[in-house]
Amino acid sequence: MKALIGGGRVVYFLARAFLAKGHGVTIVNRNRDECVNLARRLSATVVCGEGSDPHVLAEAWADTAEVVLAVTPNDEDNLAICQLCLVCFGVPRALALVNDPDNEEVFRKLGITAFSAVRVLSTLIEERTALEDITNLIPAAEGQVNVTEVLLDEEAPVIGTPLQDVALPPDSLIACIVRSGRALVPRGATELRLGDRVMLISLTSNHGEALRALTGHKV
Amino acid sequence: MRAPTRYVVIVGCGRLGAYLADGLSRQGHSVVVIDRAEDNFRGLSSDFSGFRIVGDATESAVLQEAKTRDADVFIAATGEDNVNLMVCQVAQKVFGVRQAMARVSDPAREDLYRQLGLATVCPTLLAGDGLLRMVGKPEQAADGRPSP
Repeated sequence: MKALIGGGRVVYFLARAFLAKGHGVTIVNRNRDECVNLARRLSATVVCGEGSDPHVLAEAWADTAEVVLAVTPNDEDNLAICQLCLVCFGVPRALALVNDPDNEEVFRKLGITAFSAVRVLSTLIEERTALEDITNLIPAAEGQVNVTEVLLDEEAPVIGTPLQDVALPPDSLIACIVRSGRALVPRGATELRLGDRVMLISLTSNHGEALRALTGHKV
Repeated sequence: MRAPTRYVVIVGCGRLGAYLADGLSRQGHSVVVIDRAEDNFRGLSSDFSGFRIVGDATESAVLQEAKTRDADVFIAATGEDNVNLMVCQVAQKVFGVRQAMARVSDPAREDLYRQLGLATVCPTLLAGDGLLRMVGKPEQAADGRPSP
């Protein structure tokens, strides 16, 4: 069983997606009208109550949940829900939505896995709109590492430069070059050419700087 | 050696927060009080000499602004248990404040978070125990003072 705690369209569509995949879903929501509406539209168990109240979680059989998603609009409630589920109810996995992107890091330090919709969206938008020749952005290791494919166009200042002379920031690496449809693993002496697609691996802290060094774009 | 005055950050300037802020300020401690609503600072006495910050303490940027990292004491005194529990943990585990305390009204939650190593005070239990003691001593007047 998957337990969703919160309200709004996020909960409705998440529940619908889980149900479509054949999972059992329990929703906890504090608004009675919304509960009635959810119960009518979904074949999920709906419990009306405050999701961070231990009695309500007990009523929702939280201890039988394999995963709990806390997606209320309040970060403090999501933290309390996750901590209660993990500590009191022995739920194996609890994830929290955070509204303040800074709280992703804060929750991690408190032992709770959290994701920020704002951060995910803003990263996507920035990367996709500012740099259309940069694709395949894969955040790895919980967002600490970025794997990016970059097309070197006419404006790229590194064309004709051997890799060893490219001023890449620390903690960044060109792992692979796709040239005329062929992949090659570059050495220091490998020159970068117009039309190369380079696979850049970098830590998030240096990602923007590494992109600037390769493309010349202001990121 | 401990400095004579301590740096105290208080979250929530309702009746409890304002009482604590006034008391600690009067004792000569350096106090910062944070509240989401500026109006609540009206509850502070006129001789309160500390700082006021308008902001939501569940944003760590606000706790940073209050220099929580330098705080000797951190007290979470809002009327919302989850806010108090969150900011108190953040003060303790992210900002490294040695003495962080939270007001928790729900006795069930207070018990859990005490198990998690948080210093908590439950006003419900304090009031309840006080009233229960008075029920046991019917000779006391309703205002809590012994009758003459």
